Amino acid sequence: MKTREHKAEILAHKRIDERVQLMTLAFPAPCAVPGQFVMVKAGVGGDPLLRRPISIHRRTKTGIELLYEVVGQGTALLAALRPGAEVSIIGPLGNGFPLVAAKGRTPVLVGGGMGAAPLVFLAEHLTAAASIKQPVALLGAHTKKGLLCVKAFRTAGCRVITATDDGSCGRRGFVSCLLKELLESTARENAVIYSCGPRPMLNSIYELADTAGVAAYVSLEAHMACGIGACLGCTVATTAGNKRVCKDGPVFAAQEILWGQADEN
Amino acid sequence: MKTDLSVRIGSLHLKNPVMVASGTFGYAEEFKDFLDLRQLGAVVTKTVTLKPRSGNPSPRTCETPSGMLNSIGLENPGLEVFLKTKLPFAAKLGIPLIVSIASESDPQEFVELACRLERVKSVSALELNISCPNVKHAGAATALISQDPAATKAVVRSVRKVSTKTIITKLSPNVTDIVPIAQAAQAGGSDAIALINTLTGMCIDVRRRRSRIAMPVGGLSGPAVRPVAVRMVWEVYRKIKIPIIGMGGIIDTFSALEFLIAGAAAISVGTANFVDPAVSGRIIAGLKEYALENKIASVRSLTGSIVKPCVQPKK
Ligand SMILES: Cc1cc2nc3c(=O)[nH]c(=O)nc-3n(C[C@H](O)[C@H](O)[C@H](O)COP(=O)(O)OP(=O)(O)OC[C@H]3O[C@@H](n4cnc5c(N)ncnc54)[C@H](O)[C@@H]3O)c2cc1C
Ligand SMILES: Cc1cc2nc3c(=O)[nH]c(=O)nc-3n(C[C@H](O)[C@H](O)[C@H](O)COP(=O)(O)O)c2cc1C
Ligand code: FES
Repeated sequence: MKTREHKAEILAHKRIDERVQLMTLAFPAPCAVPGQFVMVKAGVGGDPLLRRPISIHRRTKTGIELLYEVVGQGTALLAALRPGAEVSIIGPLGNGFPLVAAKGRTPVLVGGGMGAAPLVFLAEHLTAAASIKQPVALLGAHTKKGLLCVKAFRTAGCRVITATDDGSCGRRGFVSCLLKELLESTARENAVIYSCGPRPMLNSIYELADTAGVAAYVSLEAHMACGIGACLGCTVATTAGNKRVCKDGPVFAAQEILWGQADEN
Repeated sequence: MKTDLSVRIGSLHLKNPVMVASGTFGYAEEFKDFLDLRQLGAVVTKTVTLKPRSGNPSPRTCETPSGMLNSIGLENPGLEVFLKTKLPFAAKLGIPLIVSIASESDPQEFVELACRLERVKSVSALELNISCPNVKHAGAATALISQDPAATKAVVRSVRKVSTKTIITKLSPNVTDIVPIAQAAQAGGSDAIALINTLTGMCIDVRRRRSRIAMPVGGLSGPAVRPVAVRMVWEVYRKIKIPIIGMGGIIDTFSALEFLIAGAAAISVGTANFVDPAVSGRIIAGLKEYALENKIASVRSLTGSIVKPCVQPKK
């Protein structure tokens, strides 16, 4: 399937909490894989100008779901749209999580904040596949309210463990502490890590995985102007030189990334 | 009725006046799913330097009112890798291929690049990027070559001496008067002028009191710069003889027409490619439709066709 611009109708649009929205788009994307994203145009015309990158949260028979947080002008405009309205999207874009890495292993999904969004699609994919053990989902957020998709991961068949910075739900502390414990147990033997979240969190996940000798894949974020590999606005320093998060990623093997030189944002 | 969309830039025959701007279209391959690339008037590749450049720190882009700031910093794989891995795709399209080149510190690098490219048959023209705001020229009197008429003329002349290809000189809008710079490029032997590169700008995250991009200053592009670009094309058109390739905020047929009417012989689509990767194809169709509707036999007759203002500018 060629990647093109699509006008997709909003089938449903739900408010999850004050800041988080769930948008269902009539965009059947049978080829889409977990970890891919779409570039969404918020509003029409030149202001805001650029598209916004949003991960595919789930795929259904009739379309895709986007789970997004309202943080600025673009996402606020999206949030105001009603079912029946059309949005222009380009996608699916980028490379998803390598699923073969999970063969015969226990996938450990580590999501921080909004980073949980694309991992639900991944969880549903993994639990549907044969020869993959029950995935463990480690979810972290600042507070209980920020913990997203706990139910969705359970429904998908994952074992879910949570952590919050303030201890309002699950373990008090960072989600990386949960991973550390897991990797200190026997679970380490056959684990493979898939993670999405803020850059500092991904950095500590890489360090833990590296110490334990476990393969880890991370989905990175970067400010994107085009999303299709043309502007070089989104590059990240890797062991093989600069790579484009949009086209060569957003999922990378964690050991490929030169973490020290990572984006400070 | 038939309408003729073709234009000439130096020795290039463009089947229509719609090109894509350097740095906004990658190496063309990135756009192959989105439109039939062979319909474009010409393709301009991302600026290449002799040696590889890894570019500036992230974040490199941010959105601004009706535009964007970028500080890519001319990231490119260097000439050798460019020739081996990037150029072949665009070379096979069968449309004029324009390679944008830049020096990093010594203007002599332009000559070296031009010499190497002289032997590459698939390259129809060179665009001299003497106007990138994201690289600094050590030791120069001005930050950019294109801010100094004498330096502009010298660089163009040195490339002219070694190149038989069409030479396009791309100028910066970050000057008090664009006309003498364009005249200097013409005097140096340039076949055409490309106007405009990005305008320098800043954008501050007030909460953190920090620049939104990693560099303090970046280059502004998109619809926000269009009036400045159209004005510069108009000013230059009346003072030089060589054709102008106009760009800056073109997003549709009407914004493309603005540039032609102001004096551009051809136009380039830049930032709009990011928002709508197929937009240049639609502008080509739109220009044709406009010409037919208005019984314009040749798009060339639009160039500089602005109706004389009631109040004549002095001088
Ligand atoms: C591959 C990828 C997948 C993403 N998936 C999701 C998702 O599933 N759910 C979700 O809520 N968010 C996701 N994001 C982040 C999302 O793109 C930004 O929150 C959104 O662009 C903010 O737009 P705005 O206009 O509301 O905010 P503003 O701050 O007004 O945006 C201004 C500019 O900054 C950019 N920007 C702002 N924040 C970010 C950010 N964190 N990452 C990249 N660019 C940013 C915007 O795209 C825009 O160009 C993803 C980002 C990337 C790169
Ligand atoms: C992300 C980005 C990268 C660019 N890179 C280059 C470049 O490598 N060489 C160059 O001559 N111009 C470069 N430009 C400038 C454009 O070619 C063009 O002159 C400018 O953006 C104005 O046109 P626009 O408003 O249509 O984008 C770049 C612009 C952007 C936005
Ligand atoms: S966002 Fe343009 S290259 Fe990745």
